[in-house]
Amino acid sequence: MNWRKTSALALVFLFGAAILPVQIRLDTEARAAHFRKTALDLNLRERIGQAGFLAALSGFRSPLAAILWIQAHTAWENTEWGRMAGIFDTVTTLQPRSILYWDMSAWHMAWNAAVAAMQNEKQPSEALRIRAQREYFRIGRDFLERGILNNPDSYQLRVQLGIVLRDKFEDHCAAAEAFLKAAAIPDAPSYCARFAGYELAKCPGREREAYAHLRRLYLQGDSQRLPSLINLLRDMEKRLDIPQAERIDSPTQPDKN
Amino acid sequence: MKLPGVTLAIARNTFTELVRQKVFYFLLIFALLVIGNSAFMAKFSFQEQFQMLKDISLGAMSVFGSIIAILATANFLPKDMEDRTIYTILAKPVPRFIYLLGKLCGIFSLLAVSILLMSALFLAVLWIREGTVLAETRAQLQGATPEEIAAAVREVTNATFNINLIPGIVVIFLKSALLASLTLFLSTFATSSIFTILMATALYFIGHLQSTAREYWLAGVDVQWWSRLLAALVSLLFPDLQAFNLTDDIIAGAAVPLALFAGTVGLGLLYILVYFSLSALVFSGREL
Repeated sequence: MNWRKTSALALVFLFGAAILPVQIRLDTEARAAHFRKTALDLNLRERIGQAGFLAALSGFRSPLAAILWIQAHTAWENTEWGRMAGIFDTVTTLQPRSILYWDMSAWHMAWNAAVAAMQNEKQPSEALRIRAQREYFRIGRDFLERGILNNPDSYQLRVQLGIVLRDKFEDHCAAAEAFLKAAAIPDAPSYCARFAGYELAKCPGREREAYAHLRRLYLQGDSQRLPSLINLLRDMEKRLDIPQAERIDSPTQPDKN
Repeated sequence: MKLPGVTLAIARNTFTELVRQKVFYFLLIFALLVIGNSAFMAKFSFQEQFQMLKDISLGAMSVFGSIIAILATANFLPKDMEDRTIYTILAKPVPRFIYLLGKLCGIFSLLAVSILLMSALFLAVLWIREGTVLAETRAQLQGATPEEIAAAVREVTNATFNINLIPGIVVIFLKSALLASLTLFLSTFATSSIFTILMATALYFIGHLQSTAREYWLAGVDVQWWSRLLAALVSLLFPDLQAFNLTDDIIAGAAVPLALFAGTVGLGLLYILVYFSLSALVFSGREL
């Protein structure tokens, strides 16, 4: 080997050492921006096989996730709910920043799989059907909670979590918290705050807080003055015995126009 | 002729030569993949369709970019030596580094044109699909309030084109260009193009593991000394190709912070410059 080749190799080493702090800084910046959060570990290797793992390692996580998503769709057409849950788990591990994958996985589990479990004719025991249904509710909620951890700046997943907690778990207090957190995200649509108010109103012990929240929304103007909100406010005014002069229909109210 | 003119002439010649080798035929496969994907996905929701279209298209752009970079670069030195064109060029007052620079610029041009064509095709398919979905949405929402229609339209447009796709495409080009300059460096050592292609492919995979090896090495976990030494060697010898994998997260909807994008571009340019300089150093002493 001539001296040029030797020096070139030595320079590669030196450059590698010199560039190390830059690489570490970039990696930290990427992780702070929630990039490259995929855990490419042995667990994933077992689920996607050697070729898939190699593809994921080589920077083809998203095409691999798309191919697996098509497989999940086929599993859905064949109503293979357990297989679907496994594929969804892999897809969301590969693409943790895709809100669509978390959202759809949760929807399939908490709605489609749960209904199918309840209507399962092969299972004569109702108790076991209910248990299976609750298990799918839990899996759906779990997808949304993990999705939120990976996408803390997304209001969509918090809204979906609120809907699952409201419609499937009937936990109105937890649903209200989910909607409130969604409403606090800058680009969240106005319905998030309304949904939070509706659920707070059903949360025992938080009726006054719900009333204050809904009234605040009402005072924001026409965009929030929907029939459901107005009817609920009137109903709460009666239930909470709000003085006549403070009620929204009172002619003395400054916002009345 | 002055040196920039010579570089440009070699670059133009390299580009023309590569085009004559029918390199652009790969675009047919890409078109088939993108259009076929778009037609096949009709049974999915529009959000799923757009997500998968982006996944497959940008993934294919990255694969084709990398393959072109490695194959085109690995071939030119052995081919020029076989055809004896290298002797004709270097017999003139053309420094060896200018010859390499011209060749590399030609390959960069090919990569840029390829990625531009693939991007144009991908964006055109995305735009056509968006138009179809928008028409369907408007038809379904007949009689709805203008606010409801506007919200539905916004939902469709948000799922299709995202300005962050542009930095994603730039980074795909940069990664391909980096692979080209790395392959050039390898080819200055190598005696055959097969050796260069095999080595460059191996480096492609190792480069994607570099960041894992670096983390393992720097974490200082209590393992055998040789294991840490190996991790250190991988960290210092190979480029961090994982740093150029921003597209996976961009497709998922993540916005690239400007500092991260600028840092990635800077790192890519630095790698290209260093590998090119080292290629020039080795090539300057090579027996021809």
